[in-house]
Amino acid sequence: MRTRKIGWKIWNDRLFSILSFALLGFAMLVILVLLSAVFLDGFTRLNWSFLTGFPSRFSEQAGILPSLVGTGLLALLVVFITFPVGVGAAVYLEEYAKHRFAGSRVLRIFELNITNLAGIPSIVYGLLGLVLFVRVLALGQSLAAGALTLSMLLFPVIVISAREALRAVPMSIRECSLALGATRWQTIRHHVLPAALPGILTGAILAISRATGEAAPLILVGALAYVAFLPDSLLSPFSALPVQIFSWVSRPQVGFHHNAAAAISVLLPALLALNSLAIWLRNRYERK
Amino acid sequence: MGKPSRKLRGFQFREFLIEFLLALCALVSVLATIAIIGVLVFETILFFRNIPVGSFFTDLQWTPLFSEKHFGILPLLSGTFLITTIAMMVALPSGLCIAVCLSEYAPASVRKVVKPCLEILAGIPTVVFGYFALLLVTPFLQNLLPGLSGFNALSPGIVMGIMILPWATSLSDDALQAVPTDLREAAYALGSTRLQTSFRVVIPAAFSGITAAFFLAVARAIGETMIVTIAAGQQAKLTINPLEPAQTMTAYIVQVSLGDTEAGTIEYQTVFVIGMTLFVLTLLLNLVSEHFKKRFQEAYQ
Repeated sequence: MRTRKIGWKIWNDRLFSILSFALLGFAMLVILVLLSAVFLDGFTRLNWSFLTGFPSRFSEQAGILPSLVGTGLLALLVVFITFPVGVGAAVYLEEYAKHRFAGSRVLRIFELNITNLAGIPSIVYGLLGLVLFVRVLALGQSLAAGALTLSMLLFPVIVISAREALRAVPMSIRECSLALGATRWQTIRHHVLPAALPGILTGAILAISRATGEAAPLILVGALAYVAFLPDSLLSPFSALPVQIFSWVSRPQVGFHHNAAAAISVLLPALLALNSLAIWLRNRYERK
Repeated sequence: MGKPSRKLRGFQFREFLIEFLLALCALVSVLATIAIIGVLVFETILFFRNIPVGSFFTDLQWTPLFSEKHFGILPLLSGTFLITTIAMMVALPSGLCIAVCLSEYAPASVRKVVKPCLEILAGIPTVVFGYFALLLVTPFLQNLLPGLSGFNALSPGIVMGIMILPWATSLSDDALQAVPTDLREAAYALGSTRLQTSFRVVIPAAFSGITAAFFLAVARAIGETMIVTIAAGQQAKLTINPLEPAQTMTAYIVQVSLGDTEAGTIEYQTVFVIGMTLFVLTLLLNLVSEHFKKRFQEAYQ
């Protein structure tokens, strides 16, 4: 009797392991099937004139150049805005505030605040951008408004990952530098930041890839699906690939669905490559 | 040597300046919070000057864009919760099973490959999942369920579950990994199988960590926008039937901002009221998640 019961338990164990591996395989398979369906659909439509064309009422003539350029510019602007401010905030919280406010609640409140900011849905940042940048700062429905909105969205993400990277730098490095007479900023600039750089970069790249895929906040600040020209200043109207994809998916005509698939076939490999780069960077760095 | 030299004072000034600039950067986070709350509260107050709070929570219809206007948030809440529930039903059990399998069963080599894959998949933009839901999953489901309408709650719910799955798996796996090995070894020493160890020792030990991940996932599902905007339809209906169209709070905000709504109108204000509701809901979920996370960290650090 007893041995049979034990045998049953071992079978349960194996069964579970087989089932959950099957589940893992199934989930991967579903995502793979979905991805390959998009790519198969998209590649039939993907050609040079699609990449260099402008939007059109006719699905066969439409191209993605303005949204491609818009997404590239947005990503660049967001990097230049968020990266210095986000890393600066992380450095302050990790390297200064810890001493200045040691033991007080200020630091804990800052931390909780940033965690909560990171958890606010992206569309709420869109509402913020609509009021603060489009109306109050009177930037209009412009590239600048879009870039600032995305920067707000990514700020907490970059702060959190940069803080983690800074925290991973051993205390002894700081103590050595300070003991040799370096000031706090010299220590940070020459020793802490270089050591934390791979981690900071990983977080930043993941954040940028997320910003590049965001559609909702951009729709709220007025990104357009029909821009017949390339943005020539920060204040010109703009489009972005995710917004263009959304607009094409929402149309009833099948031709536009092919366009959406083709645009996804452009956007997705770029984003997946960015993410892979970030994760490769982190794994390389972690091993050291 | 009474006074510090000029050079030293230069250093001190630079140190002070840099610290000041960095503190300004950190202050951005506080300003962002104040700005978000300010914007939402301002328009929400304007809204409630016109619409009584009572009818906002009890009216069973949400039709601000129609000629006969009703402002009851319940249909949007029901749509949001319906789709979120479907997503969690897809993502949670499978996410936990896969996490257990990765953390407790899989050899290190498999983990090393699967974990980065999950993280890369977590980077697929939501608008792409919207495409999946509307153009691939809905037609597929219509073959199985002939009564399914072109826009429905089921398909975006399932797709959202698939979207959250890699992320939920990764977080649960982190929680399971944080459980000390001694506990497992003790269980094995008493003759438990891996299954018993996983479900009776490791999962209970990691419970608050998993709960934290769960609440984060719910918050994310509630705030998710593009999938539901694309695939769930634009009819705010008080229903729990997943085969019918449904509208979520986020989808409503997008619907209004795609039209040309003038600032200052009641339609414009509704967007901010819904934004406020979303903000409060996700804030609560995040705080709960943070609470469980802290408890988990206290237990194992």
